Amino acid sequence: MERLKLATIWFGGCSGCHMSFLDVDEFLVDLIDKIDIVYSPIVDTKEYPEEVDLCLIEGAVCHEEHVEMAHHIRQRTKLVCSFGDCAVTSNVCGMRNALGKPEVPLEYAYVTLADTNKGIPDDPVIVPNLLEQAIPLHQVIPVDHYLPGCPPPAERIKALILHLLGLGDPLTGDQLKFG
Amino acid sequence: MSVRTLTIDDQPVSVEEGASVLDAAKAAGITIPTLCHMDGVYDTGACRLCLVEVEGIPKLLPACSTIAADGWVVRTQTERLQKYRRMTLELLFAERNHVCSACVANGHCELQTMAYSQGMDHVRYDYCYPKWGMDLSHPLFGMDHNRCILCARCVRTCWHIEGAGTKNLAGRGAGAHIITDMNEDWGDSATCTWCGKCVQSCPTGALFQIGATAGEMTREPARLADIITARRKKEWNV
Repeated sequence: MERLKLATIWFGGCSGCHMSFLDVDEFLVDLIDKIDIVYSPIVDTKEYPEEVDLCLIEGAVCHEEHVEMAHHIRQRTKLVCSFGDCAVTSNVCGMRNALGKPEVPLEYAYVTLADTNKGIPDDPVIVPNLLEQAIPLHQVIPVDHYLPGCPPPAERIKALILHLLGLGDPLTGDQLKFG
Repeated sequence: MSVRTLTIDDQPVSVEEGASVLDAAKAAGITIPTLCHMDGVYDTGACRLCLVEVEGIPKLLPACSTIAADGWVVRTQTERLQKYRRMTLELLFAERNHVCSACVANGHCELQTMAYSQGMDHVRYDYCYPKWGMDLSHPLFGMDHNRCILCARCVRTCWHIEGAGTKNLAGRGAGAHIITDMNEDWGDSATCTWCGKCVQSCPTGALFQIGATAGEMTREPARLADIITARRKKEWNV
């Protein structure tokens, strides 16, 4: 049987969902003959490959580079999954949205609260421009599956992967709990 | 006392005259989802989650504030109702800033529980991200308008269980919000008795005890209904 090509990536997030993914522990070993992790912060691939079967995207869409990458992933991936509350709802990343323009929290973080080197980083080559709002992934590209949770517990991640491998039921009930 | 007999989800049920469709469903062991309903205070039909279909009536009716009538054939779980319930929940989440992971009520929130029990895995509408503040002027209790769903359980509790009349609704539409007295800081209220019943009544994390952090706010709204039972029937739940 050909192995499922899995990619994972984080956008605006804390990497907690990826930590939770690693918490599936020995299940990762069980997955070796079923899944090939072709791109992820936890493997050393530089380019997002073609014909990926499933991509778990952690984090809200916060800046221009995220938008570009989301479209790139969508073109090269059969199934896209919003991985965790930031991707599904914008979560903590979206808390800045109610404060107004992105300059407001930037000013507070890099000027008001800074002890040294006061100033907002503004080199677009190094630091991509923030979007007006941090938004959920499905507002940028079509999403096939949603895995809520902050972070989604390891058991829930395992359940979704088993479901997508055709070995389990879709998520229901408190497996869909936010927070 | 005359009796009304109706059918709910193919199940015949008889209730006393004046009982709501929600009461009748409960008597038949059928659960209709609710958020603004709370035992002990009158119903307002504010949240629209308990909408049901009644044969022969073209519009949907809120079960909590519709009096059950003889011969009605009521349906509570049709595809159409489930679709509307999910839409209603998504609109509630989109309207204010509900960040479950950072909320005092995480894990004990009626809105959060309702969302997953109705299969809501994401919100299809654009979030409004409105700018709402908090009132932290009271020594014991706080109000975070970002998490309020305008069920007005706190208002009804304050007026009709405690009898203080401190909490009120002001504004209209998306600008509607809970106020203290004549829109004053809660800490300056001359009417608030500091009883905390409003905090007990809140289904989300909008009202909380000062000092509670993420996931710490638990409550027992059933105790508020116990007060009313004791007051009216002289029966104490001990």
